[in-house]
Amino acid sequence: MEKSLTWREFIITRLIQASGYSAILFVALIFFFLLREGLPALWEVKLSDLFAVRWYPIENHFGLLPLLTGSLIVTIGATLVAVPFGIGTAVYISEIAPRWMREILKPLVELLGGLPSVVLGFLGILLLSPFLRVFLDLPTGLTALAGSLLLGGIAVPTVVSVAEDALDAVPRAYREGAWALGATRWQTIWRVTLPAAKSGVLTAIMLGVGRAIGETMTVMMVTGNAPVLAIKLGSIFSPVRTMTATIAAEMGEVANGSTHYHVLFFIGMVLFLISLGVNIAASSVVFRAKKRAERILS
Amino acid sequence: MKHILIIFLLASFFITSCGPTSSAETASNSQAAYIENKGSDTIVNLALAWAEKYQSEHPDIRISVTGGGSGTGLASLINKTVDIANASRKIKTEELDQAKANGVDPVEHVIARDAIAVIVNPENPVNELTLQQISDVYSGKINNWKELGGDDRPIVRLSRETNSGTHVYFLETVLRLGSKTDKTLFSMDTLLLPSSEGIIAEIRQNPNAIGYDGLGYVPKDLKMIAIAKEPGSAYVLPSIATVNDKTYAIARDLYMYTNGQPTGAVKDYLDWIVAPEAQQIVAELGFVPALNPNSAP
Repeated sequence: MEKSLTWREFIITRLIQASGYSAILFVALIFFFLLREGLPALWEVKLSDLFAVRWYPIENHFGLLPLLTGSLIVTIGATLVAVPFGIGTAVYISEIAPRWMREILKPLVELLGGLPSVVLGFLGILLLSPFLRVFLDLPTGLTALAGSLLLGGIAVPTVVSVAEDALDAVPRAYREGAWALGATRWQTIWRVTLPAAKSGVLTAIMLGVGRAIGETMTVMMVTGNAPVLAIKLGSIFSPVRTMTATIAAEMGEVANGSTHYHVLFFIGMVLFLISLGVNIAASSVVFRAKKRAERILS
Repeated sequence: MKHILIIFLLASFFITSCGPTSSAETASNSQAAYIENKGSDTIVNLALAWAEKYQSEHPDIRISVTGGGSGTGLASLINKTVDIANASRKIKTEELDQAKANGVDPVEHVIARDAIAVIVNPENPVNELTLQQISDVYSGKINNWKELGGDDRPIVRLSRETNSGTHVYFLETVLRLGSKTDKTLFSMDTLLLPSSEGIIAEIRQNPNAIGYDGLGYVPKDLKMIAIAKEPGSAYVLPSIATVNDKTYAIARDLYMYTNGQPTGAVKDYLDWIVAPEAQQIVAELGFVPALNPNSAP
């Protein structure tokens, strides 16, 4: 009996261990595959051509800058929408709303997170972009702004859900301590609860940004996909083409093993590296914050 | 493209699963004939629709249809592996030379026509443009409708994605005006939309927009532009009649090529294709029926 229990335990531990390691294995395999398919682009296309400003693959113009800047501007826009809105909602749900309201709001926000992005894209084409065109007097509503707003909407549920959990985990004693010292409700939230939940809130933001930069369908439908260099502030009001939309639109028709194919994988590699960079930056910030907190407390 | 593949798979499944049983019933009438048909992706849906209809009427005939592009189809014809090659362009001289060297004599049959309509929002007062003006609009030389006799509005250029055959055809015929040496490209701020529906949805609500699409796909509530081939010549609206008398500028013939004048089952099939019943299917799929088949035997 005893022996079988230890055996079972052994197997179960190993299984859990294996599933933990499998994540590393899969990421490594995916990265290896991206490298194998994407790196040939570097010697098939001159580096100066890769950093040119024209993307027109059927005539061998492989300038990546418009796609890179397009993705960045849409993601930054989405972050500017999602972070204040998402954290505001999380603070309201966790700190201010009465219990019954919280019971309604939280599931609703999570339901919003399950909305398929194609549906949002349809809303974008039929409602948001015509509205933006008339309201802001733009030549067309299919712009980076439309993409940013919708992506922000997609990222909000992620941010809210994770940030709310983090705020909820802050011990009640912290708040009571602040109140006892005479802090107002706002001072408590801004100076005590939010800083205490900092690492969780940062994780929420990073997950939201990750969701925004990887989103494809909505962006392809509403940003107009014009490969224009988006480096001016006004670029947010003009059409842009993102890296994800480019891969999605062109991968289906490209000849296997051609230069165009390798360049598309190279774009995938760049996307992978960007999200890796975002993750590393986030965890190092969280790590440093933790260390500092430990130092102060000890 | 994906749905073409699915249709193809379904059709081939249909052919292989139902073909033998139905032909077994009528096997006493005649020997089962097998026609191999390959080529242009533009035509593949049309060829499949024809093959399906023809086989349901003639259970003793079996037709296999594959895409792959006009070049692939013609190469197969030159290698004598297919009976009919589909092509959305005329055979090139190099291909003709290769064929001669291989003892193949490609004969051309116009089986349908394909026209591209340039469309704008009905609120836009511009009704007619020359081919050169459309080229200048898309290459970025003209940026305001005012320069074309319209309102003072910016022009928003809409195009299909670069992987669409229509995009390439529009680039060659309109932007470069058919010149092989011309290297004009689409203006960088041209919106590349992934579907015809995207173009139509945007033009329907945006009076600044200009776009293009296959004649059969243009809904009635959008305005088609009348096009003149050269400044001074007549402005022509796209329609089945103007495509067939070749006065409309952005139209192309779609071809089938056979090795020598067709005989037997292939001849019967091609004769059926240019007859009104099969040309009805052409119109249903958004192409223009070839009403005066000039080279049909």
